[in-house]
Amino acid sequence: MTDATNNNAAVRASAERAAVAALPRQESVATWLWNWLKHDKRAAISITYLAILVIAAILAPLFAPYDPNEQNLMDLLMPPSSAHWLGTDDLGRDTFSRLLYGSYNALYAAGLAVGIAVAIGVPVGVVIGFVGGWIDEAVSRVIDAILAFPPLVLAVAVTGALGIGLTNAMIAVGFSFAPVIARTMRAQTLVVKNAVYVEAATGFGASRAHLIVRHIVPNAIQPVIVEITLMLAVALLAEAGLSFLSLGVQPPESSWGGMLARAYHYVEVAPAQMLAPGFAILLTALAFNTLGESIRVLLDPTIKKKR
Amino acid sequence: MYAIGRMILRRLGQLVPVVLVATFVVFSLVFIMPGDPAIVLAGDYATQERIDEIRRIHGFDQPMLVQYLNWLWNVLHFDLGQSLYSNEDVAKLISDRLPHTILLVAYALMLGAVIGIPMGIYAATQQGSTIDKLITSFASLGVAIPNFWLGIILVTYFSLTWHLFPATGAVSFWDDPVEALRHATLPALALSTNVVAVLARQVRSALLEVLTSQHFRTLRAKGLGSSSILWKHGLRNVAATMLTITGLQVNRLFSSAVILEAVFAIPGVGALISYSALNKDIPVVQGIALVLVIYVILINLIVDVLNALLDPRVAAST
Repeated sequence: MTDATNNNAAVRASAERAAVAALPRQESVATWLWNWLKHDKRAAISITYLAILVIAAILAPLFAPYDPNEQNLMDLLMPPSSAHWLGTDDLGRDTFSRLLYGSYNALYAAGLAVGIAVAIGVPVGVVIGFVGGWIDEAVSRVIDAILAFPPLVLAVAVTGALGIGLTNAMIAVGFSFAPVIARTMRAQTLVVKNAVYVEAATGFGASRAHLIVRHIVPNAIQPVIVEITLMLAVALLAEAGLSFLSLGVQPPESSWGGMLARAYHYVEVAPAQMLAPGFAILLTALAFNTLGESIRVLLDPTIKKKR
Repeated sequence: MYAIGRMILRRLGQLVPVVLVATFVVFSLVFIMPGDPAIVLAGDYATQERIDEIRRIHGFDQPMLVQYLNWLWNVLHFDLGQSLYSNEDVAKLISDRLPHTILLVAYALMLGAVIGIPMGIYAATQQGSTIDKLITSFASLGVAIPNFWLGIILVTYFSLTWHLFPATGAVSFWDDPVEALRHATLPALALSTNVVAVLARQVRSALLEVLTSQHFRTLRAKGLGSSSILWKHGLRNVAATMLTITGLQVNRLFSSAVILEAVFAIPGVGALISYSALNKDIPVVQGIALVLVIYVILINLIVDVLNALLDPRVAAST
C-alpha cells in the first residue's frame, strides 16, 4: 500500500471516529464486544483461546496435576497416559504441568517486551512527529539504526551484556521493538496533527501538552493497537527462541522454548515430547496474529471490502 | 542514470549517521553490563594487574566519547579485539564462521522467493478460490510457526527417520558445494517459512491492489487478455514491492539463524553470538552484532538502488 492511500485511509478513519464520538453512546462495551465477536468468528476463537490461556497461566498452581519441578526418576520420558496426559520429560517431570507453568512465563514475557516497546515507542513517536525539525531528523536516524539490527541479534547481544534471564532478555526484546512503534506513531502523528479538529483546538488556545494528550494520541493510536497485538506474537516467539538458547527462562523454571530444547536432546527416544510445547507456541502466536488482523479490519472499515 | 547516481550519493550521505548510531549502540554494550566493565571483561579469577591492564587497554578511565572514537578507529582497522575465552582474534573468529551463516541465509532467501512469490501471484489471480484460501491460511501459519521447532521436526523425519539429509553440521561451500547445500537444505527450509509466508501474503495483496485499480480496468476494457495484463503490466508494477519485501527479510533471517544454527549445530556467527552471550564474551558479541548490522544496512542500500533502477520515479522523488 502506498503512503498516500495509507494517509487517506487514516484521515477517513479519524473523520469517521470523530463522527461516531459525536453520537450519544447507545450500547455498552459488552454489547459492542458481543456484536463484534458474533460477526468475526476468527476474533472470537482467538480471544477465547487467549482468555483460557491467561486463566490457565494465572491459575496454573490450581490446575496443574503435578508440581512442575517434581522429578520422578522411575517415569522418564513416558508417552502420554492417563497419569501423565502429555507424558514426562527426561527428568520424569509432568509435561502438562510444565506446559501450564510455561504459559505464565510466555505471556509475562510477551507482555513485558511489548509493554517496554510501547512505553518507549509511543511517547518518542508522538513527540518527534509533533515537534518535527532537527529533533525529528536526529531521532529518526537513531530509529533507523536500531531497526537495522536483526532484532534477535540485538536481543541476544543486550541480554549477554545485561546478564542472562527472562526479564533481561525481554527488556532487550522490548528495546529492539520500540523503534517499530515509534515509527508508526510518528507517521500517524504527522497525519493527525494537520487535522481540522487539531487546528481548531490550537485556535482555541490549547497548550501543546493538551493537544498531544487529548487529540493527537487518541486519534493516532489505532494502527499502534494493531501493531501491538501482532508484536505480542513476535515477542512470544522471541521468548521461546531465547529460552531455547538458555538465554531466557532459566532452569528449573519451565518455558515452552526450554521444554523444546530438552525434548530435542531426546527426540529419538521420545519424539512426542516435542509436540506439546511446539503447538502451544504456534497456536498462541497464531491467536495473537489473527486477533491483530481482526482488529485491523475492525478499525478500518475500508479493508473489509477488499478481502 | 544521472538521477540514480545522485540518489546513491544522497543515500550514502543519509547512511553515515545511521552507521554511526549503530556502531555506538554496539560500542555501548560494554556500558550496560552491570558492575565495573574492566572486572567483567577480565573474566573470572582475574588478578588485579589483569584488571588494570584491561582498564588501560580499553581506556575505561577516559571520557566515553574518547573511548568510542578509539574503539571506532580500531574497528575501521578490522581490529575487533580478542575473545575473552579463547583469546582468539574476534575478526578472525567471525570471518571463519560468517560464510556458513551467509550460505544459510542466502539459501533460505532464495527458497523463500522461489516458493513465496509464485504462491502470491497464483493466489491473487485465483482470488477467493480454494487454493487462494489454502495459500492465505498457509501464510498465517508460516509467520506463527517457531522456525526452530520446524527445524527439529525436519531433523526428526528427514534425517533421523528417513536419512535423506544430514542432521547437523555444515560443510564449506568452497570445499564441496554439493555437500554444503545438502547440509544447508533442512535449516534453510526451516528458515524460509517466514519468508515464504510474508512474500506470498504481500505479493498477493500488492498484486490484487494493482489488478483492481482504474488503470487495469482500462487495460481490460481495451480488450487485453488476463494473462497479458498480469505478465506485462501487473508484475512490473509489483516488482518493486517484491524486491523491497525480500530485502527486508534479510534482517529477520539473520535473527532466526541465531536459533537455527543452534538446532543444526552449524558453526556460523549465529551460534557463536548466542554461545558468547551465555559466556559474557562481550567483544565477540559486539563484533558479530556489528558485522551483521553493517550487512543489513548495505543490503538495504542495494535494494534501494535496484528499486531506483526498476522505477526511475523512485530516484527522482527521494
